[in-house]
Amino acid sequence: MSAPARAAARSRSFWWVAGGVVLMVAVAVSALASAHPDGLEWTAEHLGFGGAATDSVVAALPTAGYGIAGIDNALLSNGLAGLLGVLVVAAVSLGLARLLRSGRAN
Amino acid sequence: MHVPDGFLDLPTSAATGVVAVGAIALALRGARRELDERTTPLAGLVATFVFAAQMVNFPVGAGTSGHLIGGALAAVLVGPWTATLCLTVVTVVQALLFADGGITALGTNVVLLAVVPVWVGWGVATLVARFLPASRLRAAWSGAAAALVSVPAAALTFTALYAVGGAVPVPLDALAATMLGVHALIGLGEAAVTFGVLAAIAASRPDLLPARFAPAPAQAEAVAA
Repeated sequence: MSAPARAAARSRSFWWVAGGVVLMVAVAVSALASAHPDGLEWTAEHLGFGGAATDSVVAALPTAGYGIAGIDNALLSNGLAGLLGVLVVAAVSLGLARLLRSGRAN
Repeated sequence: MHVPDGFLDLPTSAATGVVAVGAIALALRGARRELDERTTPLAGLVATFVFAAQMVNFPVGAGTSGHLIGGALAAVLVGPWTATLCLTVVTVVQALLFADGGITALGTNVVLLAVVPVWVGWGVATLVARFLPASRLRAAWSGAAAALVSVPAAALTFTALYAVGGAVPVPLDALAATMLGVHALIGLGEAAVTFGVLAAIAASRPDLLPARFAPAPAQAEAVAA
């Protein structure tokens, strides 16, 4: 392969691998996530202000809590929620980036 | 560190909302200067990676856990303005779609997760990079140092916000000590992940790193060969 062709192939494979890693983390690795409360929650419980928390207005959404309501299998539910989140974040962030770039004078 | 509704009173939440909107407005302008052929796809990768990684809580000490924030990592890869936007997109999606973090607390969470870690991270990373030779791991070390500091910085910011508008009175020294202690540990995890990701990028695609964090051109060519 010529050097430019090698560079192009390397470029494509990077994005495939990187995308794969992101999906694997969101869909599979997230299933292994620790169930312990995070540092803030733990501090709140420990110091007595945890009870002040109120539910978000969107707490009733089927996706609240990184799951899909109605899917009983926890791994599947969490994995699909992760996939959904990645797709939404990808669409919004890339859309925004393209929009900002196209608005430039140069 | 997603703050739920109710921890901070409404005036404080509103104030952080104003700060968040201001930061986003500035970032929309600043990102225009940063976004080019390198950073545009990278912004999408950074945002999705941050979202994914924030789902993975790792245990720190007995009974508590933490997750990557990713602000320092984002700042190193795509610049601070774009990073602010990437982290904001993640934070907003988390709040609106997954009820992770409150809605009245959205401004607070943008400040704590998208503004403070990105800008503290940027400051530390650029400072550290200035003193490092242009080696293969310059980005990784700069990013790791930035990551290490960025997490306790966010925790300290929360403590300050709580001092101003916390719903339930709590001894501030205890709050500061607990928040900083836990988040210093989480910062270690953040530093490790940030180092790993940047080292991996330097090993495979050093051309994706911005010049101030990149290895020397000869080393970059050696990777491409």
